[in-house]
Amino acid sequence: MRVAVSPASRIFDTDPMPSLLDLNAYLGIQPQALELQSRRMQVLADNLANVDTPNYKARDIDFQAALAAAGGAAGGPGAPVRLATTDARDIGAAAGADGSPALKYRVPLAPSLDGNTVDAQLEQAAFADNTVRYQATLSFISTSLRNLMTAITGS
Amino acid sequence: MSSFKIFDVAGSGLAAESVRLNTVASNLANADSVSGDPSTVYRARHPVFEAVRAAVAAGLGPASAGFGAGGDSASGAAVRVSGVVESTSPPQVRHDPGNPLADAQGNVYAPNVNVIEEMTDMISASRAYQNDVEVMNTSKDLMLATLKLGE
Repeated sequence: MRVAVSPASRIFDTDPMPSLLDLNAYLGIQPQALELQSRRMQVLADNLANVDTPNYKARDIDFQAALAAAGGAAGGPGAPVRLATTDARDIGAAAGADGSPALKYRVPLAPSLDGNTVDAQLEQAAFADNTVRYQATLSFISTSLRNLMTAITGS
Repeated sequence: MSSFKIFDVAGSGLAAESVRLNTVASNLANADSVSGDPSTVYRARHPVFEAVRAAVAAGLGPASAGFGAGGDSASGAAVRVSGVVESTSPPQVRHDPGNPLADAQGNVYAPNVNVIEEMTDMISASRAYQNDVEVMNTSKDLMLATLKLGE
């Protein structure tokens, strides 16, 4: 007899065929990754808009840590919400109590006189990188949904 | 949908940079507007940018699943022009007795506009403007792709 399990953990059940009606479990971490990438896009847009604002400090999201936290919140693997530092320059800041990703300040390569730490080229590169990742996540979700449709229509 | 705020932020960047371009145009146009009185001569104008975090952050909705935007970690820092300041450097004095505007000493006063500074400022402003346009375009493309998800 099968026991009812929480939706988030069903995908990690020993049963190789997850319940296809549970879209959250079916899509896995991808929707959360998409939302995180969308937020990162917002943060990078902030940086680019303030490229000439005196004393503005560029910020960014520690993607890996935030995603790990999200996976933990969703009951996925790596459930303990612990933010790892992925770079020597990272500040070991914890995420907000509500699980929001911690925004970290960039360490400027060449500080400018007006106190602004936005490096337009670096931000542009990060924005392009994030765009590609967003599109990759989109196509993952899209493919999953198409597979589902194939299974449903059987053609 | 939080992505719409990108348009607000990038739009504020466009507005601010166009104000900057406007002051550059004004400064360059008046670079040779001489005057007979140093107190009335045109002075170079420069916008002062300021990040507006609170106004945009207040518009951020409640924490959504997993990725809330709360407290200090809230993103959404638009930019605005907090004011336009006039350069305080002294005007250039030119000895030109033939000029009808010349004062008793035969001097006219030219604006303290540094044309080279203005040109570099213009390039910087237009690059920043282009960046913001690029951000808007990319965000729009991604949002449209998201809308088409599953098709």
